[in-house]
Amino acid sequence: MSGIRVLAGTRKGAFVLTSDGKRQRWEVSGPHFAGWEIYHVKGSPADPDRLYASQTSGWFGQVIQRSDDGGETWHQPGTPPGEPTTTPDGMPKGESNKFVYDTSAETGKPLTTHQWYDGTQHPWEFKRVWHLEPSLTDPDTVYAGVEDAALFRSADGGQSWDELAGLRGHESGARWQPGAGGMCLHTILLDPSDPGRMYIAISAAGTFRTDDAGKTWRPINKGLTSNFLPEGEAEVGHCVHRIAMHPSRPQVLFMQKHWDVMRSDDAGESWHEVSGNLPSDFGFPIEVHAHEPETIYVVPIKNDSEHFPPDGKLRVYRSRSGGNEWDALTEGLPQRDCYVNVLRDAMAVDGLDPCGVYFGTTGGQVYASADAGDRWTPIVRDLPAVLSVEVQTLP
Amino acid sequence: MIRVVLPAHLRTLAGVGSEVEVEVEGAVTQRTVLDALEARYPMLRGTIRDHVTQQRRPFLRFFACAQDLSHEAPDAPLPIEVATGAEPFVIIGAIAGG
Repeated sequence: MSGIRVLAGTRKGAFVLTSDGKRQRWEVSGPHFAGWEIYHVKGSPADPDRLYASQTSGWFGQVIQRSDDGGETWHQPGTPPGEPTTTPDGMPKGESNKFVYDTSAETGKPLTTHQWYDGTQHPWEFKRVWHLEPSLTDPDTVYAGVEDAALFRSADGGQSWDELAGLRGHESGARWQPGAGGMCLHTILLDPSDPGRMYIAISAAGTFRTDDAGKTWRPINKGLTSNFLPEGEAEVGHCVHRIAMHPSRPQVLFMQKHWDVMRSDDAGESWHEVSGNLPSDFGFPIEVHAHEPETIYVVPIKNDSEHFPPDGKLRVYRSRSGGNEWDALTEGLPQRDCYVNVLRDAMAVDGLDPCGVYFGTTGGQVYASADAGDRWTPIVRDLPAVLSVEVQTLP
Repeated sequence: MIRVVLPAHLRTLAGVGSEVEVEVEGAVTQRTVLDALEARYPMLRGTIRDHVTQQRRPFLRFFACAQDLSHEAPDAPLPIEVATGAEPFVIIGAIAGG
């Protein structure tokens, strides 16, 4: 029988939640890396036993952890303890926590600056990895979206990382600015039909697409409007919170923006609003049903400072028409006095039929629905604040 | 032999107890002690000093012999008690490290 593995990153460690295909009884293991912020844990589609985790701390910086046995054991994939950190010819060996921006050969300084909160220019400074996206085909290749916003790639199982500097080098870089959570690259979507095509999203710059495997990028934000920009429909500067696609239809994208739920039917060339009858179109996550490309999920919150559900009722909204018409899903979710949030990387679906939907909250609950959202049950109730949720469907 | 006390999170990361010992040849300074520490425990590279600038991470402090050495020059000699192993070089997270 198939099984499910839910990978939850929290403010104080990682947790692995497992169940068989019935999705009724769950085992919880963790905390892994107790005391550290685990921004994201994700498994390789090419090898479900290969997991990558972003372990981070304001005190001690960034660490990348890897598991080759589905989360039973973990290691840092850089140079093992006791081994020389350089090769016999003096070259440094892999350092899995080394994320260094490309710099000017002349000055040694970062190539570009970005806009600071007050409008002045500010140098790029590495803070943490927000999102890890393993390759669809090679377990040793993985992308990292980082703060300050940039994209890195490892082709050696996370031992060493190189920046795909064409993104940050885009001429619009000087107009990117941090959102309230920092200037983070938080979403990476790989097009399963075209190995050269990739989408990323940055708060607050917007969405970008490459068609040449990351060498060059262009902003794809036509149709987005942001009232905090002097020119509301600017090419960049939008606070995109999350984008999602269904693998069978990679030219169709869904977006939860700072405000507005948006849709593109042309690989991001243009966007139109599909917020429809949502009680609020502010939110963070957006997810697509595993088998129905027009069925999407969001979790509305009240507004840009009150990051909690309207009326104290935790409601997932599902649209079966690709947006505009939304239904509230409430069964099993608290419908009074609930003031948690669901962060942008904290919702995921499994591949079973019926599709399972999962999300984690800042109150430490991980909710699961084994019937595409009709009924919800908490798998765990009292974890640290959940930062991310990913799901693996195991054979 | 130089004694180094690590904060709890870095002990976990390196898989060691509260105190480790490293060998330093020549002058005993913050830089040579940290170089030796990172050579023996490469997973600590970047967690105490920035990978590129080699500056102390801002939320960490260096103490020894009941003195705050955080703002001493990295090539300044450490107290003789550290160099002789009588006292440890202490790396600590500001406000205990989160």
